Amino acid sequence: MSPVFQVERLRKSFGGLAVTQDVSIAMEPGDRVALIGPNGAGKTTFVNLVVGHLAPDSGKVMLAGSDVTGLDPVRRVRQGLVRSFQVTRLFSDMTPQEHVALAILQRTGRSGRVLGHFQAMPEVMDETRTLFETLGLVAVATRKVAEIAYGQQRLLEIAIALALKPKVLLLDEPAAGVPQSDTPRIEAALAGLPPDLAVLMIEHDMDLVFRFAKRVIVLAAGAVIFDGSPQDVTKNARVREVYLGNYANDRSAA
Amino acid sequence: MTAASDTQSAVQPAYRRRDLTGIAVILGIAAIGYFLFPNNLALLTRILAIALLVLSLDLVTGFCGVATLGHAALFGAGAYAAGMAAAHWGITDPIAMVVVGAIGGAAAGLLSGVIILRGHGLSQLVLSIAVIHLFHEAANKASAYTGGSDGLAGISPDPLFGLFAFDLWGRTAYGFGVALLVIVFVLLRILVRSPFGMLCRGIREDPVRVGAMGGSVRGTLVKMYVISGAVAGVGGALNAISTQVVGLDSLSFTTSAEALVMLVLGGTGSLYGALLGTAVFMWFEDVVSAANPFHWLTMVGALLIAVVLFAPRGLFGTAALLLDRLKERRR
Repeated sequence: MSPVFQVERLRKSFGGLAVTQDVSIAMEPGDRVALIGPNGAGKTTFVNLVVGHLAPDSGKVMLAGSDVTGLDPVRRVRQGLVRSFQVTRLFSDMTPQEHVALAILQRTGRSGRVLGHFQAMPEVMDETRTLFETLGLVAVATRKVAEIAYGQQRLLEIAIALALKPKVLLLDEPAAGVPQSDTPRIEAALAGLPPDLAVLMIEHDMDLVFRFAKRVIVLAAGAVIFDGSPQDVTKNARVREVYLGNYANDRSAA
Repeated sequence: MTAASDTQSAVQPAYRRRDLTGIAVILGIAAIGYFLFPNNLALLTRILAIALLVLSLDLVTGFCGVATLGHAALFGAGAYAAGMAAAHWGITDPIAMVVVGAIGGAAAGLLSGVIILRGHGLSQLVLSIAVIHLFHEAANKASAYTGGSDGLAGISPDPLFGLFAFDLWGRTAYGFGVALLVIVFVLLRILVRSPFGMLCRGIREDPVRVGAMGGSVRGTLVKMYVISGAVAGVGGALNAISTQVVGLDSLSFTTSAEALVMLVLGGTGSLYGALLGTAVFMWFEDVVSAANPFHWLTMVGALLIAVVLFAPRGLFGTAALLLDRLKERRR
């Protein structure tokens, strides 16, 4: 199978500091990849390069065979490269139903319409309902987002991303800030993602990484130091050095 | 899923009922005004024209979150377009003048939107002030067309539908204004509820999120600016038709700032708030300036401080909040 998402020798420096050094990643439809790395490894910069908020010094980002390096973030989304946010970014005054409907209308090119109401568009309502049933958000569909629980807001982030029917989904710490009791629901939602979707998850929580990912990429000091199966990652000497060394340092500092 | 399908079928008529109530209230208040102040129809018509300006401002400020102190540029452009059409080019049919005004306002909306939307926050505000001063100065300098500081005179609109002449008492102008306001109000209710209206509310709350959905923030805002310009242009044209003169004050910073004050007074992000704010501000201004010509501005200022301190959502927003609480308590 040909890769649906490819990053080729991506480089970015801020002044003299190289935050991304020749990072290359390829993903096929259906891949479940976790990108991990200690703090300061350059994960956030990498995400910003991929979604287009930062321009790389050199290297390419390819989506479904075409070069999207020169496209702005909005065009990349329209081509099927969708992200979720590490800290929820939702419209607090609007309902989950409105969020997802807006995403569907956007995807189908109808968000500029000045007539009609989405609740009178049966296909939009059906799709919204199906998504909410899958994710367990039916009960809160018409409440204001500001009034629903944080775990539900995280699920809504996933619902919005799915409503855009992406080819590649970048999940930026999908379980961040969610209370322990709610993480199973997030995990269930992640397990239920469409099988042909390529998912790249940036995550700190190793339990979640091991349960979700079929492949793990470790970033340290801006470079990929490991790319392989979850079983091998813990055995890798460099990963242990970078990771456990850091953890040990953290412990002694605390 | 019965709950969801119930709300689906119930929501539309609920909206419609509320809109019909709104129209009835507007017509009712308009009728009361007509019978209570038959000698003051000129002021009432001016309120209608400014209400269109404030509605137009609400579209970009209340619904999209764009800060502007230059919105009278759109209103004035409409007024001058309609006025010049009548005075120079022989377009004296009132409805045609309104159409010309709307086009002029939309063009000004496009121009100032493209400029103002370059900035964010404070720089946006400063750009909007620059825009209104440029418009003002342009109208002042082009005195061959606009009459400059003397104002544009020689506007004599034909009778409406060939039947109702614009009389000295301003009855026709008032009726025409009420009709325009109701039509615009209905169209805007449809607009703010549409997918486009929802997208605009999304942009107001978080433009980054809208971008991550693949939505074009700038394109949407420019489009809203053009629509807003058409609405303000209708208001400007109404003013030109009813007063039969267009002055530089219609393109002034003061008018822009007052429109923003009226909007904040009534409550941003609600069409009813825009209408209420305009009516209350202009009525208060008229009463207080007659009662105490020396200190009336002080009193207007005091009213504003009181509203901002004690009812930060504006008069309509606060009233709606209190009503909601009452309803909840009854449950």
